Formats: sequence, structure tokens, C-alpha cells
Amino acid sequence: MTEFNPTILAFCCNWCSYAGADLAGVNRLQMPPNVHVIRVMCSASVKPEYVFKAISQGIDGVLVLGCHIGDCHYLTGNHRTAKRIPVVKKILKDVGLDDKRVRLDWVSAAEGEKFQQVITEFVNEVKALGPNPLRGVRM
Amino acid sequence: MTRIGVFICHCGHNIASTVNVEEVVEYAKTLPGVAYAGHNLYSCSEEGLGSIKRSIKENDLDRVVVAACTPRTHEPLFRRACEQAGINKYLFEFVNIREHCSWIHAKEPKEATEKAKKLVAMGVAKAALLKPQTEGESAVLPAAVVIGGGLSGLAATSSLVEQDIETHLVEITDRLGGLLCDVTTVGPEGKDARALIEEMVRRIEASPKAHIHMKARVSEVKGFIGNFEVTINDCDGPVKVPAGAIIVATGTRELVPTGEYGFGRYPQVITQLDLEKRLAKGERPNRVVFINCVGSRQPGREYCSRVCCNVTLKNALKLAKASPDSRIHVIHRDIMSSGIAAEKLYKETSDSGVKFLRYGLESPPEVIGDGDGVKVLVFDETLDETIHLEADLVVLAVPMVPPDDSETTAKLLKVPRDKFGFFLEAHVKLRPVEFATDGVFICGSARWPVSARECIWQGMAAAAKASIPIKEGKVVIQAITAEVDPDKCAACGNCVLACPYEAIEIVEQDGRRAAKVNEAQCKGCGTCVAACHNDAISQKGFTSNQLTAMIDALVKSALEASR
Repeated sequence: MTEFNPTILAFCCNWCSYAGADLAGVNRLQMPPNVHVIRVMCSASVKPEYVFKAISQGIDGVLVLGCHIGDCHYLTGNHRTAKRIPVVKKILKDVGLDDKRVRLDWVSAAEGEKFQQVITEFVNEVKALGPNPLRGVRM
Repeated sequence: MTRIGVFICHCGHNIASTVNVEEVVEYAKTLPGVAYAGHNLYSCSEEGLGSIKRSIKENDLDRVVVAACTPRTHEPLFRRACEQAGINKYLFEFVNIREHCSWIHAKEPKEATEKAKKLVAMGVAKAALLKPQTEGESAVLPAAVVIGGGLSGLAATSSLVEQDIETHLVEITDRLGGLLCDVTTVGPEGKDARALIEEMVRRIEASPKAHIHMKARVSEVKGFIGNFEVTINDCDGPVKVPAGAIIVATGTRELVPTGEYGFGRYPQVITQLDLEKRLAKGERPNRVVFINCVGSRQPGREYCSRVCCNVTLKNALKLAKASPDSRIHVIHRDIMSSGIAAEKLYKETSDSGVKFLRYGLESPPEVIGDGDGVKVLVFDETLDETIHLEADLVVLAVPMVPPDDSETTAKLLKVPRDKFGFFLEAHVKLRPVEFATDGVFICGSARWPVSARECIWQGMAAAAKASIPIKEGKVVIQAITAEVDPDKCAACGNCVLACPYEAIEIVEQDGRRAAKVNEAQCKGCGTCVAACHNDAISQKGFTSNQLTAMIDALVKSALEASR
């Protein structure tokens, strides 16, 4: 059997975490190739539906990365993200999925290494969880 | 059906040495809606851009996807190329396969190539749903309001009126010059403070563009960059003035000591500003002890007030020079007087016979009453013993703190403050003297305690920045703003509460209530989108169907790859 290779989606805000990801690239920080970034302007614009849609279709893990609290380019956007994602995780749990498939974290534009660390950790966590049980399930 | 053109960039070896570009091109050709896929050695080069433009024409493309580096640096370049080839610049989508792929998976070419394919599939899926947009423009009123008539506010005002910009200067007291009114000389060079103020006021008053409001305060600020309405309350009652930009120059005040070192108990214990007033009257006491860092650089108020050391130095020197038998002591924790002129001042003060004694935070000096005078007991770290100093006057160098109404000002303008109450600019290095709120600027000691020279620099800098939109006469609004579908809107007001910029309001249109986004105020964060329960509000360029199409594309391409 081949090793489980998760497919992971990451929402990165334009100003901090996407820039942090860029910095990781500029510094050639190596990390597992499982994560696919969708750029949004602010982490607060990530609808819970996006996360549910991804997970329900078999994406193995979803990351939501924003600016650190207090550093949001849009003043207080990430405060909403900070409240919203725990609810998203709770709903996942309620429907019988492991809430570790969703992770919220803060990566600043200066934190290329933090981006690398979050990606590496999350990929390993999701690998440990195994494939999303909803993989291949037709909704 | 769309006719999407996909251009994969080699970026020399940067992408191509890891990602198999040709393979990604062949894959892109199989994606729905793609009419053309090709590759460039360097897409951003003149040649690369030219080939994209040619290809748009030759293949009759209506959308463009470039898979290369990061949109944060190169998006404007490719958007411009699209525009030049006759495609709306918002029908362009950027896929990052360098920073987010080839550079970070350098040792896994196969996996990196697979990932690049998925990222391209996601970008193509989004591109298919992009809509042409027009960038909004918003007019900028040719006027400004400066809040605060201290040195930085005066510098800003004089710079604005010299540029022929109608400027309202709002001063809360009955005198212009702020803190400097009570100061004799400024700077290590000892420039006459009053002359400096008078010169600036003269320049301002000479301009017909200047409107000075004394004993006035701003009571309301409405609007956004280019179109503020500022209510100024003075003795004649409230007056509403239009403004394109606002400069905050509300300055600072001296901390009032709370009994430290016998302040309030012994009349001989005074603050630096008190001393300035006495010096102005010609008083030159003989035995003076200066105590620095009173109430600053300690738990609860950790910052250095930056200007007090130089003030202590210039006054100590002045008193030392006044009489040959003067006995001046400076008790300090560290002398912070950097810069060529200030270092020279320190040396000169030191050479003039002024004695410097260092104390630690854990062993502060003590001031006790002694007949008509006071005595200062200080533990000298070098001599390892307590020294008794008789003094006619003890001068406390207390820090500058924000004025009491800074919280009100912050709320009026919706701008942030730090934990000490000073205003926070957008970015110390990238956007100095600007607030994150467009059209609102900050200068002088309202931001942080600064010297007179820095007040002038910052006042002029803020005026220069404020004059950019005013002189342009307009601001461009990037077409990533939110828009409401009134048919879906239930007018619940969730988006109104969610918006950090108060850009949304519930209005009545055609007999029904619905949310309405003010484009000029919207910064395009999309917070309202996720707050809406009815999917009635969407962000241009980041719509729900575009983002879910990206998710679908990832699912589909991952499934294909696993087969």
C-alpha cells in the first residue's frame, strides 16, 4: 500500500499569511507539497461553507491562516476569524469528524519559518489522522 | 464557453528546474474553458509580456491565467498587459507556482509538478467565473483639517497652505504653539521657541487659505478619504467643514507626578515645564538637582520619553553657565541624547561642571525637607555610598503622555492607539505618518514623544502625504469591493456590524430595505461576506462561486491524480 498523501487546502490572507508564505518561498524553506493556497483578502472573509464544502468533498485538511491578533490589515477582521473557526471545528466534531482536520493559526508577513512550521506540523497531523472518511463519498 | 489563455512561466530555472513546465502546459490544455496554453522563459520580461499580448489577439482569448511568482508583486504588471491587449484587467488570475511551489519543494520535482497542476486547475476554475470590473473613482475635496495647533500642527498647516490647500486648523486652547509656548529654547542648538512659533504663525496667517479655529474642538467626523465632513465647535457654535484629508497633531502633555520625590509637598520640587516658566522669568537658581526618568522606563510605563534628557541637559548647562558657583547635579538612569548636536551638548554640559550621578530603578533618590530648602539623598553606584545634596530646586523629568482627550479623538476618527494611549500609524517603516484609515494622517508627539525638529519633519511629511490625493483630485478604488444583491438581502444588519470601516448601511430603495455598500469607504476585506446569512453580499474577485469553484477544482484534480 502506498503512503497516504493528504490533499490540504489553506486559506491565506493577502496581507500577512500569504506574504509569510511568499517569504518562506524566498528563503527556500522546504515543506511537504500537500498544501494548496487560496488567497483571500482577509481571513474574516472565509465562510464556514468553504471549509465544509472542502471537507465534505474529501479534502483531508483545511488551514485558515490570518494576521496575528492586533495586526489585522483590516483592523479587527481576524477577531471574527478567531471566533468563527472554533465554531466550524465544533460543527465538524458534532457530525462525527475529527476537528483536527481544521486548523486556525496566525502567520505574519515576517514569519516565513512559522509558515513552514505550521504547514509541516499540519501535514503530519493530517497524515496521522488518515484519509478523510468522506473521500469518494458522493454527496 | 470561456476562452482562457494559460501561461506557465519558467522564471529561468527558478520554476523550471523543479516543476516540469511542459507537462503543466499539456495538463492546462485539458482543463475546461482553456483555449490556449503556453509557456514563457520569463513571463514578466518585455518579450514574455509581448507574447502574452500577441497570444490574446491570435487566440481570441477572453481571460488570462499566469502561473508564475506572487501576485503581491507582479499582478499589476500582468493586469496592465491584459488591458493593453483589450481584456478587462479583472479578467486575470494569478497562480503562484514559484514561492508556493518550486522554491519550497525543490527536492521533489514530481510532487511539485503535480501540485503546480492542481494550482493551475484552481486558478483556471476561478478565472472562468471572473467578471469584468470597473475601478471606481472618488473625488477628493481640495481642503484639509489639521487637529492641533502645536508645532507639528503648525508645520503641517503651513505646508498645506503654501500648497494652496484650504486648511482648517483646530486648536483646543486659546494659543498656538502647544507645549512650546511654555518652553524657552528648543533643540541642542538652543533656538528661541517663541520666535519659531511666531514665524510659523505669521506664515500661516498671511495665507488666505488658512482658517484658524481657536478654543475649538472637533466634535464629529463623517465620511472617508476625499470626502470628510468635520464638525468644528468653537465659540460661535458648530460649523461643518468639508475636507479631503485630516491630519491629527494633538500632541502631548507632561505627566503630573503623583507625589514622587515630594512633588506637591515641597514647593522646591517642580517639573521640567515649571522650570522652563521660571527660566523665562529670568530666575537662575544656584543649587539645582535634576532627577530624570520620573514615572517612565518602569513597569506600567516602560517607554522612554526621548526628549527629557536633552531638556535636562540644555537647562543644566544654562544654569551652570549662569553663575560660577552654581552647583548643578543630574541624577539619571541613562543619558539618552543621541545625535551629533545632542552628544556635543552632553559633552559641553559635562565639561561645564554639571555632575552626573547614576541611580538604579531599585534604589531611587530620596527628597527630604531641610529648613528652607530640600535635600536629595542619592545612592551613588560608583562610590557605593549615599550622597547628600542640598538643593534650592529639584527638577523632575517626567515623561510626555497623551492628552486626556486622545481616546475621544481616536473614537472620532476610528484610529488605533497603543497601550500607552499614543496613536499607532499604519506601518512604522512602510507607511510612516499615515493611519491605516485612508486619508487620515498623524504627526508629532501624538504618535510618540518627539523633539521640536521631529515635530516639524513629521508635520511637513503628513502634509506632503495628505496633499497627494488632494492634488490628484481623486482616488482610485480597486474593484475588490463588496456588493449587495438587494433581492437576497433581509436587511438584518449583520454586515453593518461586521464592517470595520462602517462602509455599509441599511437604506430604503424602491420601497424595501436592504444593505448598501459605500464603494469609496469599502476596503475590500470581505468580512461582511462571511457575516451574511443569506449569501446576499459578495466581494468582487473573491465571490463564493469563484472560491468554491477553486475548491471543486482541487478536489477533482486530486481525485484524478490519485487514480
